[in-house]
Amino acid sequence: MSRNKLIFLVVLVLVACALPFLVSNYRVFQFTLVLVYAIALLGLNLLTGYNGQISLGHGAFYAIGAYTAAILMDKFGFPYWATLPIAGAVCLVVGFLFGLPALRLEGIYLALATFALGVSMPQLLKYHHLEKWTGGVQGIVITKPDAPFGLPLNPDQWLYFFTLVVMLLMFLFAWNLLRGRIGRALIAIRDHHVAAEAMGVNTSIYKSLTFGVSALYTGIAGALGAIAVQFVAPDSFNIFLSIVFLVGIVIGGLASIPGAIYGAIFIQFIPNIADELSKAAPWAIFGIFMIGFVYAMPFGINGAIRMLLARFGRKAQTGGPGSTITESSLKTKEASQ
Amino acid sequence: MDALLQQVFAGLATGGIYASVALALVMIYQATHHLNFAQGEMAMFSTYLAWSMINAGFGYWAAFFLTVSLSFVLGVVIERVIIRPVENAPVLSVVVVFIGLLVILNSVTGWIYTYTIKTFPSPFPTAPLFGNKFVSSHQIGAIGITLVVLLLLFSFFRFTPLGLAMRAAAQNPVSAKLVGIRVGWMLALGWGLAAAIGSIAGMMVAPIVFLDPNMMGGILLYAFAAALVGGVDSPGGAVFGGFLVGVLENVLGAFVIGNELKLAVALVLIIGVLVVKPSGFFGKVNVSRV
Repeated sequence: MSRNKLIFLVVLVLVACALPFLVSNYRVFQFTLVLVYAIALLGLNLLTGYNGQISLGHGAFYAIGAYTAAILMDKFGFPYWATLPIAGAVCLVVGFLFGLPALRLEGIYLALATFALGVSMPQLLKYHHLEKWTGGVQGIVITKPDAPFGLPLNPDQWLYFFTLVVMLLMFLFAWNLLRGRIGRALIAIRDHHVAAEAMGVNTSIYKSLTFGVSALYTGIAGALGAIAVQFVAPDSFNIFLSIVFLVGIVIGGLASIPGAIYGAIFIQFIPNIADELSKAAPWAIFGIFMIGFVYAMPFGINGAIRMLLARFGRKAQTGGPGSTITESSLKTKEASQ
Repeated sequence: MDALLQQVFAGLATGGIYASVALALVMIYQATHHLNFAQGEMAMFSTYLAWSMINAGFGYWAAFFLTVSLSFVLGVVIERVIIRPVENAPVLSVVVVFIGLLVILNSVTGWIYTYTIKTFPSPFPTAPLFGNKFVSSHQIGAIGITLVVLLLLFSFFRFTPLGLAMRAAAQNPVSAKLVGIRVGWMLALGWGLAAAIGSIAGMMVAPIVFLDPNMMGGILLYAFAAALVGGVDSPGGAVFGGFLVGVLENVLGAFVIGNELKLAVALVLIIGVLVVKPSGFFGKVNVSRV
């Protein structure tokens, strides 16, 4: 990592730490959700951006994570922080098991399979035999944790910092994972899976493990999201959530780590802005924003930033391994169709 | 036995609807290699147009054909204005544009026509055909219309020069351009055709599920599944897939698992099919070159 980039990152983290003292509690809550979505989007980006497997059902893993946390806290009295690793582990297993049959499917067929997962999840959560655990349509209400050790923070601010630390750890882990051998294997599988296999990459294991790790990220995000919102209910995890995640990674920038943060800001704040612009048809405004962003930045916000930096004569910063490959490889994919 | 037959027929009737939306999906897929997520909302919007015309005093069939032609034009306009500029963008970016189109159409329709549920007339007599007790005339009519549309499409692609040109443009755009086919316009025509087929599907489904801006949500999902089970590059497969999904959904819902989980189970079965046959029943098997 270059020195400039390190300084930039430190400044960014300092700004993120100062933020909760400068804005209202409601805004702090919104920024907490941005951090939560950033983790979820990073998970989806590992799978779709880096490994080339399209998922239209990541809302399901988010739901599993959220419900795991809520059930553990509500029924078994777990402290909130202890639910995160369990939620992550549950999602890792579910994701890995789902990834095994999904190995046979590619492109839009995989998109359908994951779409089906996303659509069925609210129905499963409402299923009356599971009601004892899930609370059925009513969902589960959980309480917001207070700041420990007598820290002078209100619960919103404390949760923000807690989420920020988890997010930084998760991002560090992903960055480390992607810049080495595993990251290169994932990108090789995306770009040419036959060649990858010929070079000795075990594509089946990598693909299903990526599914698992991706689900783990999204599940931990779901658990954090449930703690922040203090409530889980089946209908907040409908298929639209999965679609919004996909929109987030495409608009943030596929196969880029910072892209997850840009995408999270987009999916958290653009609907609010749309709502302020037009009370009558807010979703129409949201749709126009989506199409407008794709027109203006076909390679996402991260791609646009990199292009701008390159234009200003500086050496383009690399957002992570593969981000330089993405554009050319997507173009060749396009051309070969 | 009667109850089973009843469910099978009801399934065939809803299957007809899935089949026609699936057909529209396959049409656009063949022409552009994109699955159009906005297909259902386009059909829904067309159906609202038909509803306005009927309310303005047009006869049913006048409104029907006017809507089909208007939808064709709208489909062409959408391709030219919205899809054209992202032709060369990455696949997933195009998907986002489709999703954008979906929420815009849904929201604008709700804004113009409000979200209250409206009834939509059926062109077929209300008394059941031949006094049978299994299916209503509307259901038989809907199946009949789906089959007619399929036949027309098949003849169009098989026997007309324009149909040949469209197939060529889809299969090999570069060579098609070299022999003088205007590939861009063929894509636009494909969108127009798909929008027209979608509008027929919308008008057939509206008397059953009633008219509201979200009526196509579930139908699009089943149509998506139908298209893939049949094989996404095969129009006949899409129709077969549509009927299969409709029957499975109804029979499973009524006898095996109950309504609560019927969507989930139908989808699991479809994934099961895909795991055994990854390109659907009638789809082309992709052979990759090393």
